[in-house]
Amino acid sequence: MSVTGSDLLGILAVGIVSVTALIAMLAGVFLKNSARLVMWLGLAGMAGAFAAAWGTYPSAGTAFGGMILAGGYASFFGMLILCAGILTFLLASDYLRKEGVEYPEFYVMVLFAVSGMMLMSAAADLIIVFLGLEIMSVSLYVLAGFMRRREKSIEASLKYFLLGAFATGFLLYGIALIYGTMGTTDLAGIALRFASAPPPSLFWVGAGLLLGGFAFKVGAVPFHMWVPDVYEGSPTPVSGIMSTGGKAAAFAAFLLVFVKSLGGGGAKVQTLLAIFAALSMVTGAVIAIAQKNLKRMLAYSSIAHAGYMLTGLAAANQLGESGVLYYLVAYTFMNIGTFGVISLIEQAEEKRLEFSDYAGLGLRQPFLGIVMSIFLFSLAGIPPLAGFFGKYYVFAAAVDAHMTWLAIVGVLASVVSVYYYLRVVVFMYFHEGPEGAEVISVPLLGSVALLLSAAGVVGIGVFPSSILSLTGWFF
Amino acid sequence: MSFQILGIGILTWLTFLPVIGMLFLLLLPKKSADAVRWTSLVVTFLQVVLAALVYVYFSRSLGGINTVAGMQFVEKATWIDIKSVAWFGRVHIDYFMGIDGISGPMVLLTALISFVGIIASWNIEKAVKGYFALYLLLDTGMMGVFVALDFFLFYVFWEVMLLPMYFLIGIWGGPRREYAAIKFFLYTLFGSVLILLAMLALYFSSSVYIDPQTGVFLAAEAGRAMGITPIHSFNLIALMDPTNFTPGSLLAGIGTSSRYIAFIALFIGFAIKVPIFPFHTWLPDAHVEAPTAISVILAGVLLKMGTYGLLRVSIPIFPDAFRAYAIPLAILGVINILYGALAAMAQTDFKKLIAYSSISHMGIVVLGIAAMNTQGVSGAVFQMFNHGTITAMLFLIVGVIYDRAHTRGLNEFGGLANQMPKYTGVMSVAFFAALGLPGLSGFVSEAFSFLGAFAVFQTLTIIAALGIVLTAGYMLWTLQRVFLGTLPEKWKALPDINGRELAALVPLAVIVLFLGIYPSPMLNMMNASVNTLVKFVTPVTAAAALGF
Repeated sequence: MSVTGSDLLGILAVGIVSVTALIAMLAGVFLKNSARLVMWLGLAGMAGAFAAAWGTYPSAGTAFGGMILAGGYASFFGMLILCAGILTFLLASDYLRKEGVEYPEFYVMVLFAVSGMMLMSAAADLIIVFLGLEIMSVSLYVLAGFMRRREKSIEASLKYFLLGAFATGFLLYGIALIYGTMGTTDLAGIALRFASAPPPSLFWVGAGLLLGGFAFKVGAVPFHMWVPDVYEGSPTPVSGIMSTGGKAAAFAAFLLVFVKSLGGGGAKVQTLLAIFAALSMVTGAVIAIAQKNLKRMLAYSSIAHAGYMLTGLAAANQLGESGVLYYLVAYTFMNIGTFGVISLIEQAEEKRLEFSDYAGLGLRQPFLGIVMSIFLFSLAGIPPLAGFFGKYYVFAAAVDAHMTWLAIVGVLASVVSVYYYLRVVVFMYFHEGPEGAEVISVPLLGSVALLLSAAGVVGIGVFPSSILSLTGWFF
Repeated sequence: MSFQILGIGILTWLTFLPVIGMLFLLLLPKKSADAVRWTSLVVTFLQVVLAALVYVYFSRSLGGINTVAGMQFVEKATWIDIKSVAWFGRVHIDYFMGIDGISGPMVLLTALISFVGIIASWNIEKAVKGYFALYLLLDTGMMGVFVALDFFLFYVFWEVMLLPMYFLIGIWGGPRREYAAIKFFLYTLFGSVLILLAMLALYFSSSVYIDPQTGVFLAAEAGRAMGITPIHSFNLIALMDPTNFTPGSLLAGIGTSSRYIAFIALFIGFAIKVPIFPFHTWLPDAHVEAPTAISVILAGVLLKMGTYGLLRVSIPIFPDAFRAYAIPLAILGVINILYGALAAMAQTDFKKLIAYSSISHMGIVVLGIAAMNTQGVSGAVFQMFNHGTITAMLFLIVGVIYDRAHTRGLNEFGGLANQMPKYTGVMSVAFFAALGLPGLSGFVSEAFSFLGAFAVFQTLTIIAALGIVLTAGYMLWTLQRVFLGTLPEKWKALPDINGRELAALVPLAVIVLFLGIYPSPMLNMMNASVNTLVKFVTPVTAAAALGF
């Protein structure tokens, strides 16, 4: 099979990111003190890839003999993941300098992770799902342990790697069983067979393993054990991209396999997903209340958010699927924004990560206070911010799919969650800061990233149709 | 009819004028506290002028409630409309505003109380700009709730009001402000998610026909005859018509258990705001910790949003469920009246006493609504307005004394009548209005509510009437403890009420006196709508069946 021009055009965005990553890696090896240069190179590459994804968006199809999706769905996720990558770059440069680990390898690994995520969300074949997942995961294992002199960072990396390897094993075994029973790894082919005759029971074992693997990657209960330690131990901007880009990629593949290919997987799979969703929402929300460390609180909150998104999947109707995509966009902006503010407040040696370190911040530093409040209120789901509409769509989908109980669990969990998001606001505005508290200077790139995220949260909240009109025709 | 200024409808102006003012405030330099105060005053004054225009041009003969034609100052535009999406039929949310005799008085009340609240906020010194910006945002949220006729829009305003309130209590409040702010927020949010769930269930059960040419809602039969594809809708007026539900859907039909559940969910959401026992515990905390002007807004306007929600949303959409639950609702009203009064009697904190008296007085509104006859509902709506003005006065009065003495302990005062004669004069208007003295506005509305209730629930009303005695008891006792007797040595130097404080209190006192002597201007405004609502909710047979 020969590679045609349309094949290359189909993977243009992923290609640009991968090539940029390779060039950046070489630049890091051959040039001294090249971290800044590599960062700008990476930013340029991702901006180019974003333009490519935008340009190919209208022409949806497949490339490389139906192995990979081009345009449409893949472009949408490409743009989303690139946004996460760009924001991470902007936030990381000052953070790394502050922590004394500004090496070009950081940017290179983020670029590889981004390319893996994009590949995963463009998969038309289970092999591509696996390939993308591995590129992403291996990069993230390294990034989690990037602060190699810090115990918690190493712990995060090791834990993520060991548990992640298990999940990869699940996934691969599942793919093998599906291939064995269906005779193909092509998602379209699987869909055809699935629709024509009921699959053998061994297929369901494979699908179950696959489900477990995806649930691990999105951080849903009962596969959530790694999330708190990894998010807490990783460098803060890495937690940001892990929780947003990583989640988006995993959900993209999840949707492709279980919704597009298996049509929701039938009532049993939907019930199982609904149970996962309910458990995640409740567990995440309840445990987050007890946290003192902000990063750990956000980790539990991210488990809860995985639950909200799974609600949309469990509903398995078009509103739910579009709702998940909207939710992912909203979540990317608000969560990267929150981690961004944390990374600015944080001091070397893991200091200033507790709630009490935010006392009086709102009045002392109005900019940080206001953007942080916007992100937190959005996470809490207060209209008219993006987080509200995300929750609204998935809960509406659940009601429409006669899963009203799930919607009730969801809204109750989100009321609980308001408590811990608001606690940060309480500390920022209602508590007096310590005498002579230092005013942190906000770096230019970081404030650009925070402004962009805040604008995203408000913008797509007030005009939700801007995202829905992009995603409406995917399903 | 519609009424436009610069091509934009008057209700939009009323609602968004404060936000425009807020944006202007944010542009002012940080140091210019006085400019911030005056801008806010001018903005809220303009809002009062607009509300007065609404009052003047308000047609007294239109009923509203369940017909678009009966609504006044209607504005309608498409807010979110996605036609191309295959799923979901079509997403259609309207920017739909209009008022009738139920919301009209509330619009007047909101404008008035917001204006008075700005005067009462004059002595705020901490982060002045932030305070007034949030205050104006709160104003927009409150006004929006009373003019919205699309459920989604209603909900968004309902929530928009929450955030500024949270900060206003939490930053500018008293010593336990953090606890009070969070409690207020969580309680209200819990209520609003129940409203959200009911709203979703209504949306997915509805199927409404829209004329594709004109965009007007059609009757179900006419729509079917024209072969139009129905869509889901949040339109409150459309949802009141049982034929606008998809047959077989969750909330279709009459008197089904899922309709009862949806009614209860909505009820809890609104009851928290009223607050109706046992959902009232946030109120004393929030009122006591909030700064004076915010207590005024809370008691004056926010509590009314709960009973307004019952009248605008729950009852007309689920008249079947309401009829089934009328007696429990009346019982809750009576509990509110008695429990609030008894709790008020036990307080030694002046502000907490007023807070509990609010619970008692809102019970009268609930009782009047439960009666669902012309007297009862007129009394309830009128009581909403009167309670707004009277309680606002009471909180202002507490604020005056607290600003001077820095304590609210009732037993620490005495004999202030000689020391502060002007203050005592204004105070007595408010106190006597609150205990229902004839000649003051509170009497008229309480009498109407009880009159209406007596026709339906005789025993309950007789029990509730005890509340009047209790109210007189704690009000007079308070008056005695604070204003009569001997003046303690330490208060010998307390200055009398000043011009600014009088400016906030006097307009309210005038209204309380005027409406007490001549209530018709307000009653005429609500009459047609009250009758429409009563007829719509209780057809004659049902009213007869209700006999207690």
